Formats: sequence, structure tokens, C-alpha cells
Amino acid sequence: MKANWIGAALLVGALAAHAQESVYMPIVIEVSGNGAVSGTNFRDGALMAIDEINAKGGILKHKINAPVSDTQSNPGISRAQVQKAIDGNPYVILGPVFSGSVKVNMVLAQQAEIPQMTGAEAAEITQMGNDYIFRTSFGQQMSMPKMAAFVANGMKAKSVAFLWVNNDYGKGGRDVFFKEMAARGIKIAADVSTESGQVDFAADIVKMKASNADVMFIYTNEEECARVLREARKQGVKQPIIGETNVISQKVIDLAGETAEGAKGHVGLTADAPIPAVQAFTEKFQKRYKYVPDHNGIKGYTAVYAVKYATEKLGKFDRKALAKSLHGMTITPAQEPGILIETTWDAHGDIDRISFLVEVVKGRQKVVEILPKLGK
Amino acid sequence: MGFVLLWQTSQTINFAQGEFVMLPAFFVLAAMKFGGLSFPLALVVGMLVSLIVLGVLFKRLVVDPILRHGVLPLVISTLGLAIVFKEGVKEFYAAEAQSFPSPWGSASLQIAGAAVSVQSLAIIAVAIVTVGLLQWFLHGTRTGRQMQATAQNPTLARVLGIPVERMILYTFLVNAALVALASFLVSPIYLAKFTNGELLGLAAFVAAIVGGFNQVRGAIAGGVLLGVIDNFVAAYWSAQYRAAIPLFLLIAVILWRPQGLLGRAEERTV
Repeated sequence: MKANWIGAALLVGALAAHAQESVYMPIVIEVSGNGAVSGTNFRDGALMAIDEINAKGGILKHKINAPVSDTQSNPGISRAQVQKAIDGNPYVILGPVFSGSVKVNMVLAQQAEIPQMTGAEAAEITQMGNDYIFRTSFGQQMSMPKMAAFVANGMKAKSVAFLWVNNDYGKGGRDVFFKEMAARGIKIAADVSTESGQVDFAADIVKMKASNADVMFIYTNEEECARVLREARKQGVKQPIIGETNVISQKVIDLAGETAEGAKGHVGLTADAPIPAVQAFTEKFQKRYKYVPDHNGIKGYTAVYAVKYATEKLGKFDRKALAKSLHGMTITPAQEPGILIETTWDAHGDIDRISFLVEVVKGRQKVVEILPKLGK
Repeated sequence: MGFVLLWQTSQTINFAQGEFVMLPAFFVLAAMKFGGLSFPLALVVGMLVSLIVLGVLFKRLVVDPILRHGVLPLVISTLGLAIVFKEGVKEFYAAEAQSFPSPWGSASLQIAGAAVSVQSLAIIAVAIVTVGLLQWFLHGTRTGRQMQATAQNPTLARVLGIPVERMILYTFLVNAALVALASFLVSPIYLAKFTNGELLGLAAFVAAIVGGFNQVRGAIAGGVLLGVIDNFVAAYWSAQYRAAIPLFLLIAVILWRPQGLLGRAEERTV
């Protein structure tokens, strides 16, 4: 009888020790719906980083426990999923990617003082006074000026036809880009709004073509980008097609096939970056998941390593201290190899790092120019 | 056309018709991915599997046992079936859109100064040939006339010695072949995705109502009319309201011409 009690006590002790040895970092992400392409890339990148870190003993000897919940690309469901995650007392929340979802759920994480590493890019997300939101890629206020400079100086365009998706991401990008175009005296020849999940772009491309703009700028989500590219080639569009991140992402290239050839644009992150650490990441990712990651895969991966580095620097799990320390922090690959590229977070949680101008050549992104960090 | 055929012969309103169009593309992709088949061979396999699953099995496992309880239980069952197909593809294949090969590539021709894609021309050609063949089959063959007789009066058709059950099965097979063909034509443009059926099903249903639910030619006219209006509205008026226009058209037809533009009024004893 006594032996049984001792055994039970040991078991409870072991379970308690096991519980203490894990840190809860739920992934709230778009596994289905219109954001599935972005979300699954982010999730897979994050899970790969988590497995690597856990295999080496975790963060401060705590294994990462990261269950995945699906927002279904729906802001309302994402809010419920973040609330559910908060009920589990997480250290950090990873995701989501869709700006519309992040805008409605980040307030919950902020109120609970939980740092949130998001893949969202809408400009206003980091301009709402939230000290707990951190980007894993450029916001539109960082990327669109680079794109505008490319249109003006690289493409030498005098007019642009702009196709955008009518959600927080698309509208945010459109507003920043139009401001940049006005500042440079470049005419917006067509302003074409489309819907998230739209499948037929025939009429939209007709409008774009009729504008006779020098270039066509496509700014929508991945699947829609692929459909737009297919339709544009179907209608014999001759103008150069450009975009920021999505239209030249690997997933779009895979979906659009040969119709993506020649598309150009700016990407904050690319699996084809001529950087050995990124190439090693791409190889590992491809071996594990059997597909080439896009920028969202790198976002998820580096987000986890950023949390690891900042936490180990703190020497303790302290959410408030983590959020405070990430503001203004620069992480170099020498300090934390998993960060892949030197990255800085500013006082708002916006990110700064080098970026790339790319062109789609033979089904892959070909980097044609590396742009420096804005802070340099 | 599928909506109309099923309604005429078996009073089946199939609200999973959109998912029926979504599914054959995944049969083809699965045959290529897991069976290692070439695209043309996978198309053949996709068509055969569609005939079995969406034709024979749909009739035997869903329609036959439920239709005897009335049309409404069947409508609800097909709504459930749509969810099963959609979630099944999402769970067992992919939640993301999939690239679907185009047999005609992305080349376009210059005709009178306008760029017309070979793909669009091929789709129009296949659609015209299919409609022509179907019309010939229904009106020019003995089996087709037996199917029409079954649609008009199954009791009398049975008295005349027409194998009514077999004729109804043929209708389900024709419907399965039509949805598979539609799937193969539309997926290179829309990409193959588990949600495709929502849009396609609604569009087809509205087109059938607008054109006339009891006339194949009405469904064809309704589809063409809806497609033209949708694209003209999106191109020359407002892309934001394009989804609402078919519904306005539907309301107008139901209010002022409930039998549809080319349909005929029917009287039924209830």
C-alpha cells in the first residue's frame, strides 16, 4: 500500500515537472478559408522552428507547446480562437496573418498583456498604440514606399493600373501606395477593387487593359493573384505586371504556372534570397513539407526564434518584459542563427531588415536587387 | 442543365450541384498525384469516377431512399451532401487552391483587334458541342425520347413499357458527365478549391430558375444571360455589386415570370 502511495506521488511529481517544463505558445492561424495559403506556410515555418528548438532542449529548458487553432480566415472566429488561447495563459501568441483578423483580436492579447507575433501587413496595425503586437514582416508603410520607388525609378512608369482586394490588407496597401504615387506625380489610370475569394477576374482585367497604364499593379491575396495572372495572360495583357510580395510569392508562381513568368516586384522575404542561412532554411522546409515555402513560412520560422532569443536574453519567462525588450531590439544571425537575416523591431513593433526586388524566371523568384535596411 | 434534367426526371433539386462541379477536378488531381497518371489519362479516370460517385452512388445511396419521403427531405439531404463533399476535400486533399492543368495553354489570338484566348474559344466550342449532342441524344434517339417520356409522365411511361428506373439512372449519369465536363473546363481558370461549389452552385441554380426550371434550353439561355450581365456589370458599372445583380434578376423573374424566361407554366396536384 505504501509503495503504491509513493508511486502515485512520484507520478504526480513527474507530471508536475513535465508541466513546468513546457511553455505555451499557441498558433492561431488561417488553416482554411481564403487565407489558407498564407496561414499554412506561417504555421509550417513556426512548427519547424519549434521542433528544432524542442530537440535542443527548448527555451530556458522549457519545451514549447504550440497547439494550432484555425481561424478559418474569419475575423470573428479568430477573435474567439485568440480568447480561447488566452484562457490557457500563453507566453506568446503566434499569428494570425490576415490583417482583418489581427485588427479584431489583437486588443484581447493587448488587454491580457500577451505579446503577439503576427504576419499581418496592414499599416494601421502598429499605429494603434498596442505595445504587445509585433510584426514578422514589413508593414505597408515600409514596403509600399520601396514599391513606389521601384515603379518610378525601376519601371520608369508614368501611369499605373492598380487592382486590390477590398479588405483591410488591400485597402491599407492601396491607401499608402496612392499617397506615394501622388507624391511622385504618377497617375493612377485604373483603381480596380476586387473581392476576397473572387474567382472570375475577366471584367477586372478588361478595365485594367482599357486604362492603357504603363504597368499593372496586383495587390490581392495569393490565390486571387494566381487567378488574376492567368486571366491577364488569357486576355493577352502586354503591360508589365508588378506587385508587392504576394503576386511574386512562390505559392502564386506554383498556382499560376507559366502565366507568372516575368512578373516583378518587391518582397520583404523570399526563400530564394541569395543568403546561405535562408537557402539552408528553404532546403530544410522543402525536405520536411515537400513544397517551397513563401515569405509566410519564413515569417513563422523567424517569429519563434525571435521569441527564443529575446527570452533567453531576459533569462526568464516574463511577458511584459519580453514585449518591452523586443521594442528596439536588433537580432543578428550571429546572435541567433534562426533569425536568418538581421532584424530590428522599432518602438511600434514594426520590423526593419533588408528586402529584395525580384522577377519570376523559370518558375522561381530571381533576386535582381537587394535593398538595404531603411534604418541604415 | 444538370439541375433541369434531374428535376424533370426525378423531381430532384440537387443543392450539392456546385460541389458536384468542384469534385471531379479533385478526382483528376488525385489520380495524377497518387496514381501517377498523365493528365489525359487522369481526365478519363476523373470522368469514370464522377459517373460512379456522382451518378450511380448518388442515386442509389441518397436519392432513392430519401425521395420517397418527399422533395424537402431530399433538398436538405443534398445540402448536407454538399457540406460532406466540401469538408471531405478540405480534410483529405487540401484546404488551399490547387493548380489544374489547362489542355489549351495560355495562348491568345488577335481577332479584329481583340485578344481572344484559345482557352475561351475551346470552352465555348466544347459547350456548344455538348449542348448539341445532348439535344440530339434527347430528341434524336430512342433512349432520349424514353427519358423525355419518363420526365413528362412516369406512370404512363411505365404503362407503355419504358424502363423508368433505368431512364432515371441515365439522367443521373448524364448529369454526372455534365458536371465533370464543367469541372474540367472551369478549374484551369478558377483553380481547384473545395469552396468553388458555393459560387458555381448558386450561379447554376439562379440561371436555371431565370431561364426556366423545366426547359433545358431555358437553363442554357439563363446561364448565358447571367454570365453576360455579370461581366458587363463588373466591367462597366460596379464590381462590388456584381454578386447582387443575379439575385435581383432572380427576384424579378420569380415576381413577374415564375416559370422562367423560356419555361412553361406547370400545374401540379398537391
